[in-house]
Amino acid sequence: MDIAAAALAGDRRALSRLLSGVENDTVVGRAALAQLFPQTGKAHVVGITGAPGAGKSTLVNQLAREIRERGQKLAIVAVDPTSPYSGGALLGDRLRMRDLSTDTGVFMRSMASRGHAGGIARATRDVVSVLDAVGYPLILVETVGAGQSQVEVARVAHTVVLVEAPGMGDDIQALKAGLMEIADIIVVNKADKPEARQTVRALQSVRPGMRSEGHHRVSVGKEKQVAAEVAGWEVPILQTSALENRGLEELLAALEAHRDFLKESGQWRARLQENARAEVESWLQRHLLALLADEVGEASLTAVVDTVRRRENNPASAAQELLAAILAAAGGAR
Amino acid sequence: MEKKIRVLMAKPGLDGHDRGAKVVARALRDAGMEVIYTGLRQTPVMIAEAALQEDVDVVGLSILSGAHLSLVPRVLEQLRERNMADVPLVVGGIIPADDIPVLQELGVYKVFGPGTNTQDVVAAINRAMGM
Ligand SMILES: Nc1nc2c(ncn2[C@@H]2O[C@H](COP(=O)(O)OP(=O)(O)O)[C@@H](O)[C@H]2O)c(=O)[nH]1
Ligand SMILES: [Mg+2]
Repeated sequence: MDIAAAALAGDRRALSRLLSGVENDTVVGRAALAQLFPQTGKAHVVGITGAPGAGKSTLVNQLAREIRERGQKLAIVAVDPTSPYSGGALLGDRLRMRDLSTDTGVFMRSMASRGHAGGIARATRDVVSVLDAVGYPLILVETVGAGQSQVEVARVAHTVVLVEAPGMGDDIQALKAGLMEIADIIVVNKADKPEARQTVRALQSVRPGMRSEGHHRVSVGKEKQVAAEVAGWEVPILQTSALENRGLEELLAALEAHRDFLKESGQWRARLQENARAEVESWLQRHLLALLADEVGEASLTAVVDTVRRRENNPASAAQELLAAILAAAGGAR
Repeated sequence: MEKKIRVLMAKPGLDGHDRGAKVVARALRDAGMEVIYTGLRQTPVMIAEAALQEDVDVVGLSILSGAHLSLVPRVLEQLRERNMADVPLVVGGIIPADDIPVLQELGVYKVFGPGTNTQDVVAAINRAMGM
């Protein structure tokens, strides 16, 4: 049995190895990804983003516990930054996820960003795809959380949860990072602190309006009730205390409501379409670059780049000439 | 994508000091490794489960409590149970010289006593990885 088949059959060691293969972009990893692709597209992928220290990992731990109490399996992918100096990384999110560490219904994987900007690693999408294919119905993706832009998680996740916390400076962290635009659900964590109300008010004043024309409006009220009406998605602002285990049911209800909203409004399908195109385009790009390396070669490429540096040629024309060279070489080979 | 050495750093047992473990974790990171840090009071099952899910190349234990002779066999057993007997186990902490051969006999790849230079740990792990 090959590694993908073993992972599909529930062998967690095989799954784990496969995730490494995918992360390292090995021949085996690539082949398995292609083999598993037909099984993907089922899981609800939830991104958890927000500034470092907001309580993302603690919240993921509590959320996962709540989900496990309901008997559902889930996977967690937590991304931490790679040190630009050494290429190494300290992956510490497991520290806050002790409660899950012996529960075989949870698969938790730490990833280093490996130089990729945007809050996730280049291979996070592929890792999520494998977890999706082997049957985890819910996948939580915790982003790096470093100050820079985290918006790429929106391209991997169906639902983006923005975690804010009181007492982290005067401004709302997310405004700077452009995170408000991608948030489907806003959570003010550390609601056990009195300053949380102030954070909620500040967020309410800057909350994005209705997004998109779906068919549902969901508000998560005090009565833990999710009401659906005809309208777009209104980004709810929830309060949680991961420390005191409060607000988790409401957050779970909001996650489910958002998933239902995406499905019923047709956005789930639209996103699959969008992702499919992005994936194909990204592979096309990689194949083209590989072809460039094979057919034109590094030396000729450098020579062309040199002409651009000397301003003897412009980048657009240089790329066009390289493309012509690739096509000629590929044509000649046939 | 270049393969990175992934190391699980764990502190089994009940003693509450993880300064040494953190120093080693940072040194390994600075040597270009990806270190999954799990923190204090890890049970053998927790350690082996984390090693499995994270697909680490090496497991590092920091044990200061003196309970190494009871903890290490249990960690090794849990790793074996998960088909991970091939993953080298490195142990550091307050380990009396007499116990080092005992641990090695059990299957520990390398034992580091107090006052170990972190670079020696880096070198040992690189060697275990054939680098
Ligand atoms: N008071 C309070 N502290 C919290 C809460 N959630 C997390 N924390 C603390 O905030 C710190 C950062 O948490 P962590 O989950 O690592 O944040 P992350 O960097 O966003 O993943 C830790 O010391 C947590 O114990 C909460 O609901 N209330
Ligand atoms: Mg975290």
